[in-house]
Amino acid sequence: MRLTSQAIPTSEAFQANVRGHLDALRVVEEAAALAAAGGGAAARERHESRGKMLPRHRVANLLDPGSPFLEVGATAAHDLYDGAAPCAGVIAGVGRVQGRDVMVVCNDATVKGGTYYPMTVKKHLRAQEIAEANHLPCVYLVDSGGANLPNQDEVFPDRDHFGRIFYNQARMSAKGIAQIAVVMGSCTAGGAYVPAMSDVTIIVKEQGTIFLAGPPLVKAATGEVVSAEDLGGGDVHTRLSGVADYLAEDDTHALALARRAVGSLGPGPVGYTPTLREGAPPAYDPDEILGVVPPDLRTPYDIREVIARVVDGSEFDEFKARFGETLVTGFAEIMGAPVGIVANNGVLFSEAAQKGAHFIELCSQRRIPLVFLQNITGFMVGRRYENEGIARHGAKMVTAVATTAVPKITMVVGGSFGAGNYGMAGRAYGPRFMWSWPNSRISVMGGEQAAGVLATVKRDAMERRGEDWSAEDEAAFKQPTIDMFARQSHPLFASARLWDDGIVDPRKARQVLGLSVHASLNAPIEETRFGLFRM
Amino acid sequence: MFDTILIANRGEIACRVIATAKRMGLRSVAVHSDVDAGARHVALADMAVGIGGTAPADSYLRAERIIEAALATGAGAIHPGYGFLSENPDFVAAVEAAGLVFVGPSAQAIRAMGLKDAAKRLMAEAGVPVVPGYMGDDQDAGRLAAEAEKIGFPVLIKAVAGGGGKGMRLVERGGDFAAALKSCRAEAQGAFGNDAVLIEKFIEQPRHIEIQVFGDGSDAVHLFERDCSLQRRHQKVIEEAPAPGMTPEMRAAMGDAAVRAAKAIGYAGAGTVEFIVDGAGGLRPDGFWFMEMNTRLQVEHPVTEAITGVDLVEWQLRVAAGEPLPAKQEDLSITGHAFEARLYAEDVPAGFLPATGRLAHLAFPPGVRADSGVISGDIISPHYDPMIAKLITHGPTRAIALRQLSRGLRGTEVAGTVTNLAFLGALADHAGFAAGEVDTGLIARDIDLLTKVPAPHPRMVAQAALVAAGLDVAAGEAVGFVLWQPLVRSVVLRHGGEEIAVELRVASDDRCEIAVPGATVLAERQGGRWRFDGVPGATVHREAAQVTVFDAYGMAFDIVDPLARAAGAGAGAALIEAPMPGLVRQVLAVPGQAVAAGDTLAVLEAMKMEHALLASRDGTVAEVLVAEGAQVEAGAALIRLEDEEEDAA
Repeated sequence: MRLTSQAIPTSEAFQANVRGHLDALRVVEEAAALAAAGGGAAARERHESRGKMLPRHRVANLLDPGSPFLEVGATAAHDLYDGAAPCAGVIAGVGRVQGRDVMVVCNDATVKGGTYYPMTVKKHLRAQEIAEANHLPCVYLVDSGGANLPNQDEVFPDRDHFGRIFYNQARMSAKGIAQIAVVMGSCTAGGAYVPAMSDVTIIVKEQGTIFLAGPPLVKAATGEVVSAEDLGGGDVHTRLSGVADYLAEDDTHALALARRAVGSLGPGPVGYTPTLREGAPPAYDPDEILGVVPPDLRTPYDIREVIARVVDGSEFDEFKARFGETLVTGFAEIMGAPVGIVANNGVLFSEAAQKGAHFIELCSQRRIPLVFLQNITGFMVGRRYENEGIARHGAKMVTAVATTAVPKITMVVGGSFGAGNYGMAGRAYGPRFMWSWPNSRISVMGGEQAAGVLATVKRDAMERRGEDWSAEDEAAFKQPTIDMFARQSHPLFASARLWDDGIVDPRKARQVLGLSVHASLNAPIEETRFGLFRM
Repeated sequence: MFDTILIANRGEIACRVIATAKRMGLRSVAVHSDVDAGARHVALADMAVGIGGTAPADSYLRAERIIEAALATGAGAIHPGYGFLSENPDFVAAVEAAGLVFVGPSAQAIRAMGLKDAAKRLMAEAGVPVVPGYMGDDQDAGRLAAEAEKIGFPVLIKAVAGGGGKGMRLVERGGDFAAALKSCRAEAQGAFGNDAVLIEKFIEQPRHIEIQVFGDGSDAVHLFERDCSLQRRHQKVIEEAPAPGMTPEMRAAMGDAAVRAAKAIGYAGAGTVEFIVDGAGGLRPDGFWFMEMNTRLQVEHPVTEAITGVDLVEWQLRVAAGEPLPAKQEDLSITGHAFEARLYAEDVPAGFLPATGRLAHLAFPPGVRADSGVISGDIISPHYDPMIAKLITHGPTRAIALRQLSRGLRGTEVAGTVTNLAFLGALADHAGFAAGEVDTGLIARDIDLLTKVPAPHPRMVAQAALVAAGLDVAAGEAVGFVLWQPLVRSVVLRHGGEEIAVELRVASDDRCEIAVPGATVLAERQGGRWRFDGVPGATVHREAAQVTVFDAYGMAFDIVDPLARAAGAGAGAALIEAPMPGLVRQVLAVPGQAVAAGDTLAVLEAMKMEHALLASRDGTVAEVLVAEGAQVEAGAALIRLEDEEEDAA
């Protein structure tokens, strides 16, 4: 059934919404531009003066002309390390090479020589996680000095630290997920294992180097004086050591060789990358999302206004429309791919949670990917709801979300608070991709509520001691908590820490969801075996 | 009367003849060489006979095979087209001996016109003006001066044995004759060992004007003139009818002379009498002289057809069938003006060298007559004439017909081979030509202007890059999608021997910003049509690694493939090393020796096999580091070549 919008684009409310979103967008745009500029003008100039292509240019020339690039962690490490690692010093995302979806991981040597900060490691691992889950061949465009030494305690020893990169490479290779490395600069120490652990490695002549220890360390250790090229240059590695397989003349040549390597990969588990079938565009302009969604999370609106601007032809087969109405569920197609949509339309009640669990079961049985549009303040609270077992019903939904085998794509379009985050496939529930809107907020609860809880506890304690607490003092007590929550719940704060895969422009929600779903379809959808549902 | 004709030719003229044959209800038989089995003329004919071979001598010049083919297919007549056997009297005789009709003049007529000097004498006797000159054996200086006086100055003194501009003197006045003769003789003696000279009238601004004649063996008419003055090294480039500046008196005089010439040899069929005309100071009835007669249909016959409304091939076939002349002189008249341009596969910048290639795309605009023997996909081979087509326009006035020609050339699309299209276009737009100021020297005088290759417009480069990247046909919401920062994709094209780096910033499937050297072009698709900076894109053809943009007469851009470059692995290494442990059996290299890549420098015996160690590149042997009989380890340096820098120095 085609959804009908109630929005009046000429109305003042609509226009005010647009203005609010544009303000929120501007902040993110600026952050993204900063990230894309890498290590700044001087570093970029130095990089190019060596005949090297800038990292984003490398990515562009690896991909097919006009290929979409679903970038992951575009504002990672924003405001972290005093701004020393824009984009976390590594570009990652899903693009197409020879018509096939691949995960590209490209070091940015203009950012501290491409060394790995904690967030660089986390982003690299997240990219690999996406590749592994969606069965995407990986192409590593390597230009990195290895671990960032001042931060070695946070990049080297733990499970999800540097070593995990090579562990992932070996595990993915074992699963038949191709690992291709292009050495376009340094590849030192642990970093040397990226090419060494790859299925196919290309190295750029007189530019790429691979060694466990660079010339300074060799000299310190053994007194041997050797040039970087003689120690581990392209000639050495393609002729003598066998660490690399193809010698490229320059970046352009190397990227062409990598493209050819991808082109010669056999079919994946589901054949070759499923072609994007063109779905009909929505009947309503996706740009209008900015007008139909109030940027202030406290103002309720009908989530179907968003669905109408995301799905093909605005056609939505709503399931159980009259039951548990605060959760909207239904079938649709996005850019030609069938999906099941689970979208919040208010606080989750028991009925809504049961409906959600039912719908997820349905999609799992039919192997239809799930799209979660998350705008949730949480499950309903209060005696009546606790007594009727809302936790039991909520657990059903959480179990369904946690154990379904179909791909889950989550988009935080508003609030993501408390247990609602779990029921709606928050980060902990392993969505294949998780995206946030600039107006969204994520935290364990609202800042006001959190400050209120703390103030109530303190007031109770004071009152027990017979002490008095003035309203001004209480407000002063609450303010730091409110401020902290405001800062930490901002999507840039979240994205900087890779709590999601990136912030997206709501106007591009349809394409982001469509490309995410299509990327997920590179992996076969296994049969689901649910956990126990608490009846 | 015959109901089937065989066309002993190929290409556009064979197609042309078949078209008229069909219109007249005749069956047509094509003959073809092996490589022409799939040619257009074969496809158009009702029947086709392979006559083998590839080279003309093995195919279209094999008279006996062609006559056999005619007899085998029941053809009663053979149309020879032009070229090949069309002016071969022995062939005519053989055709007639086989009981077949030759569509053309008699063997005697062809013979009479075949020998140029004899033809001139014959014409002079028939009262046709010939270029005045003296080629007598009497080489006395006084006699020569007297002859020059008789011819009238200016004259040319030419060494009989001369050529290439040597041994030639232009004499403007009688007073200069003796000195010029002396120096010309000295030069001729020195250059050719023969100081005999001839004297010829010098025509200052020569024009080539020819008269189309048609005879039935007893009577003859003319179908007016064609001006073929636009020539490059005696090759006609653009022809027109009528001739600019032609007066009724001169036309009558030339027509009469041409008809006299035809009648003098009892001419049957279509023929052309070529005259040299003095164009200096306007055309005069006494300013034309016989050059030669072509006893066949001419390449440029369509311009005559256009202005007279006569199908000359139809006339040929009717007269060959025994009909009298289809029209009387007074029934013939001129309507409007016509041009013909000859489109060739040739490399103009390289000096008009014939070109070859596969015609990946060939299309002509509406409003022109395009006589062509090829279609898209055909090969222009080195075996035959590289003509692709003749473009003919016909308009009420010369100016209109010329504009049609210019427009027609602009609208012609050829991909897969280089052509002279831009040259023809420049000629059609030449101001002097437009003003009717034509002479046979025009092209040579303005050759630089006419062959100037303009740099491609940024919009064309942008379009070529868009097509090279496949983005012109890309569709869908995913095209060019990025979250925040657009990606910039590079494409490298090659045009005119130079690489052009282009950067594409794809915004969506119908919008792309294209940075070309010196400009940024915005490409937008509206209503399915791409516009570049608002200007609608040209038609394009993409074939493998080449994009042709059909603007400015078509510009081809090669797509540079980074993989085409050789990876430097091994190549260029200066050191020749032992690939494995072994015994040095032989050392062939000597220090200072120049070697070429692939030369054997030493022989290593290892694992019961002899391994030749080859030079990895051209160079000079700097050092031999090992002696014969030495046992060496793997990786041991055996021979060092000089560094390439040393070589250069």
